[in-house]
Order: sequence, then structure tokens, then C-alpha cells
Amino acid sequence: MNNIKIFTNGLFKENPVLILLIGLCPVLATGSSMNDGFGMGIATAFVLISSNLLISIFRNFIPNSIRLPVFIIIISTFVTIVDYVMHAYMVELYASLGIFIPLIVVNCIILGRAEAFASKNTVKSSLIDGIGMGIGFTMAITLLGAIRELIGNGTLTFFGRELFNLSTSINFQPVLVFIMPPGAFIVIGFMIAGVRWMTKNKG
Amino acid sequence: MIDNQMTWYMIVLSALLVNNIVLIRFLALCSFFGVSNRIEVSLSMGMAVVFVLTIASAASWIIWYFLLVPLNIEYLRTASFILVIATLVQLVEMYIKKTAPALYNALGIYLPLITTNCAVLGIAILIIDYRLGFLNSIIYSISVAGGYTLSIILFAGLRERIEMAPIPEALKGAPIIFITAGIMSLAFLGFAHLFGL
Repeated sequence: MNNIKIFTNGLFKENPVLILLIGLCPVLATGSSMNDGFGMGIATAFVLISSNLLISIFRNFIPNSIRLPVFIIIISTFVTIVDYVMHAYMVELYASLGIFIPLIVVNCIILGRAEAFASKNTVKSSLIDGIGMGIGFTMAITLLGAIRELIGNGTLTFFGRELFNLSTSINFQPVLVFIMPPGAFIVIGFMIAGVRWMTKNKG
Repeated sequence: MIDNQMTWYMIVLSALLVNNIVLIRFLALCSFFGVSNRIEVSLSMGMAVVFVLTIASAASWIIWYFLLVPLNIEYLRTASFILVIATLVQLVEMYIKKTAPALYNALGIYLPLITTNCAVLGIAILIIDYRLGFLNSIIYSISVAGGYTLSIILFAGLRERIEMAPIPEALKGAPIIFITAGIMSLAFLGFAHLFGL
């Protein structure tokens, strides 16, 4: 597989959220606005890329029988780093993501990529795989957050800046339920249906 | 929010219905969607979660208050909890395989699955964040797991009906299941602010 193929694999063909349907808990829980979704996406992508990198560097030194505990230790180290850095520099985002920051450690995407890819491939392709999967995840969660925020709140905010506001410009009445828990399930359902419909029409 | 001032039945009510772990808090979604095909299977899964969650919370509580806090190494929380939970589940699995084969046959295959269930680590972290006492932690864990069992059984019942329903081609499979969960979540949202919870 060439590098471009590895990279786009995570973006589209094997998008962890929309195609493989893994790592859904943080997606549904934190994707209630574009900002939170993006923050969660970047935090997960950071852990994914770093753990892929470290595991592929040490892949020949990790004994096969204890590889899972070793992977978990590596992953939880990076999760702890993210946890503390976010708490120090992004207090607001940290508060709204809550326990889903430490829970990155049990995100199936990260352990899945460590087991399926990084432990078997070179450092360079593992890095590319991590970046591709990370961006694919971030894309899906940000899109979900944007759709929910747009329908449920009528706004679109990014890095604390309001891009536009539907309720003041075209007098749109927000549907509050979309930023509440049920909205997450319904929007992701239609997103997956949309992806399937598109891939099927493409043949 | 849960705290030590609440009476035990308020904690149960909050964990079971108002802040249902799956439908309101979005934890344990993998197994919620993965093993909710049939009601009997869901029931076994629910029982296994009750079992593991309670033991894991108790162990995490002890580690936090008797090891990490006295030694001032709170930053090891995530790493130590996940390792302890994974090891503990393995031990429990071996133990009940040896002593209670009937129980093992009922729960067996689900036990390893639960280790990666984010609810287990999530609740272990939450009881620390809420600063619950030991007894309250146990009550909270059991009722959270009860809430999980309740919602997965109800959901399995719905899914058995969905299989026979005419569904648009693009929505077949995962999409309709998510949308169904959304509608169920909407129903559980009706419990919000019950008794001021």
C-alpha cells in the first residue's frame, strides 16, 4: 500500500466513525457543538498519532504475549498528557468534555489501530495511518457537532467565535432537542444512512 | 449530579432513569448496539455489567483513597484504573470458571468484552469526581448498571420488532438502530428534572 492510500483510507474508505462505527461514545457525547466536537477530535487524534508512532518504534521489542497491556500503558500515558495540558490551557473545553478526556484510553479506534496497524508496520506508514485516521475521526465528529449546533442552536461557533447565527439572520427557530442527547443518535443515524446511500450510488 | 448528601433512593433514581448511562450519558454504546439483538442475550450482558461494574468501582475506590491519594500520585489515575480493571476482570473470570461453571456459562463470553466497555472506567472515574463514599459508590455503580440493563433490554425488544418492519433501503441496519435509540433517548429525557435531579 502506498502512503497516499494509507492516508485516505482513514478519511473515507475506513472512516472509523461513519463506516466502521467504532469509538462512538465520545462522538455522540461531545459532538453537541462544532467547537467541542473539534476539540475532542484533535485530542483523540493526538493520542492516536503519538501512540501509533511509539508502538511502531518499539514493535520489535514488545513481547507478543503482553502486547495489550503495553499498548494500554502507552496509550494511557498520552491520554494523561492530554488531560493535564487541556486542564491547564483550555479550561472551558476541558469542562465541557468532562470524563470523555480520560475515556480516550478505552476508545476502540486507538487500541484497534495499535493492534491492527502500528504493531505490524513501519514507523512512517504508522504515522501516516495515525494522521489519516485522526483526521477522519475529527472530520466526522466536527461535522456531527456542526449539524447539531446548526439545527439545535441556530449558530455555528468555532474557537469561541460565532461564524453566523440563523436565529437572528433568518429568524430560524432552533430545535432544542438536537443539542440534547436524542439529537446525537438521530443525526448520526442519518449521517450513516447518507454515507451508505452515497457509496451505493457510486457503485 | 450525585453527591454524598443524597439519600440512597435518590441516587438509584438518578442513575437508573434521569441520567441513564446509555441514553443520556452516552457510555457503553459499543455493547449497547453490539449485543442487543435478542432479549435473552441482552439480559445476560446486563447481569455481567452489574457484576463487573460493581467490583471495578469498589477496587478503583480502594486504590484511589488508599494508594494514589496517600502517595500523591493522582496523575496515575487513568493508567492504574484501566490496568486494575482489566486484570480484575481476568481474575474474576478465572475464579468463576473454576467455582461456578453455571454462572460462567451465562456470563463467560461477555466478561472480557466488558473490560473495554467505557462505562466501567467512566463510572470508576465518576465516583472519584463526585467524591462519593464507599457505600454510596457501590449503590451508584449497581444502579448505573441497572440502568444499562433496563435500557438494553427495552432496546432489544424494539429491535426484534424492527427486523420485521418495512424500512427504506438506505436506513436498513445501523442507521435505523441509531434513530430508534434516539427516540428512546427522547423518552428517557422525559424523566429530566424528576424530583429536582
